[in-house]
This record gives sequence, C-alpha cells and structure tokens, in this order.
Amino acid sequence: MPISLIQPEFKVHIDYDKCHKCGRCVQQCGWGVYNFNERPIPDDAKCRACHRCVTYCPAHCITIKKNDLALRDNANWSAGLRTAVWRQAETGGVMLTGMGNDKPYQSIFDHLVLDACQVTNPSIDPLREPMELRTYLGRKPDAVSVESDGDGGFRLAEGSGVEKNVKLDTPIIFSPMSYGSVSLNVHRSLAMAAERLGILMNTGEGGLHADLYPYADNVIVQVASGRFGVNPEYLNRGAAVEIKVGQGAKPGIGGHLPGEKINKEVSETRMIPQGSDAISPAPHHDIYSIEDLRQLIYSIKEATGYKPVGVKIAAVHNVAAIASGIVRAGADYVYLDGFKGGTGAAPQIIRDHIGIPVEIAIAVVDQRLRDEGIRNQASIVAAGSIRSSADLAKAIALGADVVAIGSAALMALGCHMCQGCHTGSCSWGLTTQKPELTRRVDPEWGAERLTNLVHAWSHELQEILGALGVNAVESLRGSRERLRSIGLDQQTCDILGVKPAGL
Amino acid sequence: MAAVKEAGTPIEGYIQVDPEVTRDGDVVTIDCRGIYYKHVNEAVRSAFAEGATTVRLTNVNGQRYIGTGISGKGLRIEVEGTAGQDLAMFMDGPTVEIFGNAQDGVGNTMNAGTVVVHGDAGDVLGYGMRGGTVLVRGDVGYRVGIHMKAYEGHVPVMVCGGKARDFFGEYMAGGMLVLLGMDTRIEGPLVGGYVGTGMHGGVIYLRGEVEPWQCGKEVGIFPADEADMKQLRPALERYCEAFGVELAEVLSVPFTKLVPISHRPYGKLYTYV
Repeated sequence: MPISLIQPEFKVHIDYDKCHKCGRCVQQCGWGVYNFNERPIPDDAKCRACHRCVTYCPAHCITIKKNDLALRDNANWSAGLRTAVWRQAETGGVMLTGMGNDKPYQSIFDHLVLDACQVTNPSIDPLREPMELRTYLGRKPDAVSVESDGDGGFRLAEGSGVEKNVKLDTPIIFSPMSYGSVSLNVHRSLAMAAERLGILMNTGEGGLHADLYPYADNVIVQVASGRFGVNPEYLNRGAAVEIKVGQGAKPGIGGHLPGEKINKEVSETRMIPQGSDAISPAPHHDIYSIEDLRQLIYSIKEATGYKPVGVKIAAVHNVAAIASGIVRAGADYVYLDGFKGGTGAAPQIIRDHIGIPVEIAIAVVDQRLRDEGIRNQASIVAAGSIRSSADLAKAIALGADVVAIGSAALMALGCHMCQGCHTGSCSWGLTTQKPELTRRVDPEWGAERLTNLVHAWSHELQEILGALGVNAVESLRGSRERLRSIGLDQQTCDILGVKPAGL
Repeated sequence: MAAVKEAGTPIEGYIQVDPEVTRDGDVVTIDCRGIYYKHVNEAVRSAFAEGATTVRLTNVNGQRYIGTGISGKGLRIEVEGTAGQDLAMFMDGPTVEIFGNAQDGVGNTMNAGTVVVHGDAGDVLGYGMRGGTVLVRGDVGYRVGIHMKAYEGHVPVMVCGGKARDFFGEYMAGGMLVLLGMDTRIEGPLVGGYVGTGMHGGVIYLRGEVEPWQCGKEVGIFPADEADMKQLRPALERYCEAFGVELAEVLSVPFTKLVPISHRPYGKLYTYV
C-alpha cells in the first residue's frame, strides 16, 4: 500500500538553463524542499508556496505553480475536504494549521461602501488642512470638566477621569502575538515601530522579553489562562494590561505551544521549563462568571496602580451581551476578534467554523453599549482580518475606536500567508525559533516596514475622512449613516444598522 | 464606576474612607472594619512605602486583594478575620498570615513569598503559582493548585492540612502540592475526583490513599519512597512549624505520590496541515 494518498499541492519548477547552481534556494528554504546534487532538486511535497526561494534566487529561475492534477469535479467534496479525509485516515490526528480562516465566507467589509461629500457640504483636503487621527484608548468619564489654561485656551480639569487613557497617534495597534509563536526579532520590530508610530504592540501570552523593557509605554501586556511570564513587574511594564479570554481564530479553546518551540530564551520569558509543552487552558480557571472577571480586572488594577485593563474575546453569537458584561465588570476596553483572525496554531476545524464576522460584532456591541448608556465606559478594539485602510475606516464607522492588525503586520515583515506558522519552520523567520531563520528579520528593517504600512494606512484614512467632510476620526466613529451596503440581505443590514445603497 | 472618595458612600456594604492607621515603630495596624477594599489596600501599600515592615489588619471581613501585587522581601502582613478573594495574587516576596479563613484565589499567579492560613480556604488556590509557599491548616475547595508551575529556582509548594474537593492539581505543570487530610470538617474521602487531570509537571503528595478512578489519566500513582519523603520533609516541617503540629503525627500515615506520565501529554494529538 502507498504510504500516502496525498499529492503535492504545489509544483516547484526550476529553469536549469538559467540556474546558477549557487544553492541559495537550498539555504533559504525553511521547509527542506531542496536537495543539492550538482543542481537543486526540489521535493514538491514539502513546498508551502512561501516564495522565500523565489524572492532570493539570484537567477530568478524558480517558479511555484499549483499542482494541476485533475480531480473529478464535485461541488460537495472539494479537493481540500478529500485531502483532509486522507490525511486523517493516515494519522488519526487533529488537523493543526496557522494563520486565519481561508474558507470563502462572504466578507461584509466588501459589501459596505463609504459616503463622500459632493456640492452641498465641502470635502476637506487632508494635505492642506488638519486631520486628527489621535485616539484615546480607555474609559471616558460620563462628563468632562474643563478649566482655563491661563493663555486664552482650555484644558481638561484635574480629576476629570481621562488620565488613565492611553494616547494613540492613529487608531491602529498591533494585535497580540506571543514571543514563542513569533520570534524575538518580530517582537523587536513591532515594539520599535509602535514607539515610532505612537501606538501599541501587544505581548500576547508569552511574557515580555527583557529587550523590550525600554518600550514599556508602547506595550500592552497580556494575561492569559496560562499566566506565562506574569508577575507584578510584568504587569507594571505595560501601558495597559489585557486579559485574553478568547481569540477569533480559535474561540473557546486554549493555546498550546509545543515543547520544540520552547528554547532557553522563550523559557526564560514565559518562566517555564525548556522543552515541556506550554499549555494555556481553554478557560481562565479563576473566571467562571462576569463577577469573577470583575475580580480579575480589579486584582490587576490593584497590582498596577489602576492601569487600563482590557478584555479580549472572540466574536461569538452572544457577543453583545458578553461585551456588556465585560464593560460592567470594569474593563477599559473590549477587544473583539472576528472569526477571520489569525493564529500561530489552531485546529483547522475550529479556525474555519467557529465564531462570527467582526463587522457584525462591532455593530452589535457598539449598539448594545449605546442602548445601555455605557458606551463611554470602554473603548472597542476590533480585529480579525483588517486588511486595508478601507476595512479600518469601515470598522470605525460601524463603531470601533481602534483596530488591531496582526496578519497585515506579519505580511509587512515578509509573510506570504503559507499557513505554516504552526510548524516552527517559517522560511521568513517570523513564526520560528530556529536561530538560522529568526536572524532573517532585522528589527530595524522590520520596524521601518511596519512604520511605512501604518503611515500609509493612516494617510489613506485621512483621505477618506477628508472625502467624508470631517476633520477628525472621532466624527466617523459609530457614524453608520456614512456607510451603505451593496448586496447584503435586509436582516444583515438591520443588524449592522446600515442602509442599502440608494436609501 | 471610578471610586469616589467620599465618606459614607457605601459600596457593597463598605464605606469608602481611609481606614484608621496606627503606627508603632515598624509595625502599622490598620482597622479594616467596614472599609472598602480599595482603601484598605491603599493604606497597606503606603504603610510599606513609608518603611513599615509589618502591617497588621484587624477586623478584616472579606476585603479583597490583600497583599496583591506587593513585591519585596522581609515584608509581613497579618490578617485578623476572614480575608477576601485573591489574597496575595501576583505577590512577589512578602509573608501573609491569616488568623482566620481565606476565600477563593489565595496565591493566584503568585511569584514568591509565603501565605499561612490558620483556617480553611476556598477554591482555585495557587492558580498558576510560580514560586513561594502556601500553607493552609484546614480544608480547601475545588481546583486547588491548578496549573501550578515551576521554573528554574522557583518551585512553588502548597500544603493543605485538611481535605480537598475535585480537580486537585489539575493542569499542574510544576511545583509540589501536598494534602494531609488531618484538620478537616469534610466527611468522605481525602480528595474528590479528577485529581491531576491534564497534569504535565510537578508532584502531588497525598497523606493516605487515592483510588485510580479519582485521578486523571495523565497521572501515575505510586507509594512515596524514601527519596520522595526526603523531598517532602521540608514542606511538612514548615507546615508543622506554622501550625504547631507534631511531625511524627503527620508521618504516621504513608504518603502516595502522583506524577505525570508525560511532559508532552498532547504531543501526538495533531497532524500538520
């Protein structure tokens, strides 16, 4: 019997007439595709189409193509489903994968369009006029009081309750990715970029490496169920603390960093032994209710001199009621992670089939908090596939204060979405701890690319705001009147609080 | 709502005023009767900041977060009354002694230090505890010692003198968890079910026996041998010293040792896509 029925997904083609026989492809590939015997010989089955070899081949002689093997068409049994059955019949294992949901679910963002001013209400040119993107993350008081600044202007009066907010220069932050799932150089790149951009990076649940201590003002430190690396020092080394309850890519299940990825430095940062699995249980065992969540939020506040504490959840069916409970429990922000959010590793079946779109979650949470008169008590952070500044603007119009980007940030650092994060062999040096791979990311280079990306999106957001005729992102927030839908059913429109185009 | 410091504003039955603080050399006494936890803990932190080494809390009745997030060696908190939830959470160094009962979450995510409870304690003790010692004289609740872990020099130790409910040592990743079954008001077995479920590190010692059906499938059950008893002895000595119990009496019943079968319980669960 054959060992496997699974055929390679890709075909690696080398134009040997052009090939320098330099062996760089052999050296660049983290997946071990190439053997060298006078010339590079590819093993198609190992290729993930990450294009590392293609990018670095000095002769430009490598092409990766889909393996064009025909399978009899069957709209019910896709090639992927057939392969999955073969794979599980061979191994009996739970299929583990990386990155976000790749199934062709409808994208609601792609069915929403923004408004613009014409004739009666002039648009604004952000290149010539001020356009405010500054955003404050955290609880806002029910009312503010101002006092004279003695110079003809005003300032917030002392004790007006906004001191504990975190100032962001643009409403984009980096989403939590733990050291362990990504490399230290990725963390360094994110931290340096966050500092330059006046925004935040997020440690994820893997602790904070000592190299990142200088960036404390631009870091959210996360507390997850495994409590890795969490001690009073860690909690106080962030601008804010985040309790991770759930993740869009894997709602309701815990995390599991395999022992192979736990080298000396990861072990030191997480404060766990080398080589043994790092298991984040599915629930926090001290949170079984909203009251328990309140207890954890306030224990962290007590331990940090009342820093902002946020709560990250996966967007699920009852997200509005859950978010209301989270805000009432005292969270300073609610982080909603949609079902297309990425992950370093998740069972494919969970990643692809659990949770709801973040667009819906933003709309229903924003509406619920407004209806209950508590919207000011917490910011809404939205994530789970923010792919462009258009998604960013639409998320804000639906009611988000801030968006978080993870997959886009990794792509800025070279990620090609090959979905191999869980293997620990990322050729781009991102989701790996192998030193020969991690050194491929120069933090200075990475920080510059991340800074470029966020600057570009911020400029685009300013252009969108200008077209809308507003001069501050505040004016777009929750302004669903500036959105229209195309091709969404009436009920979805009602849930989103968005009219169809033409109305 | 942000707590407003206003005398007479009741929150959950407590008033939000600064407690009465008396100072005698290095010892500061804080009367906690009816005072909101936030003000109690603020007073504790400022007492230490102003150089006190011992803070004595009197008339404690359920105030939360006592000792939470406090760092520093040689600091001591004495609690007279019933301590509230999450006592000594994230604590890093001090000693807290409770002359009464404690509630849930004692030593939650604790890093270093000592907690001594002269009465009973509740659920989820020592969750994610990374170092230090928790000694409880009496009974403990559910999920005690859950996900305790160890790291290099940090090896947390918890000794519970009474009996325990279900999920004792669940998910345990390191450290030592001990149950004596001596000072108890619980009728029935020494420990409930699901002992050490998901355990992948550390060791549990039980004074007496446990049935295999009570334990998670990740656990191996062995009689404690001489080497084990040598490892266990310092923890027992600390317990005996804290509560004035005779070591000989503790040692009069043979101990059972529970250890995980694998450090990689889920190593073969997956197939890579």
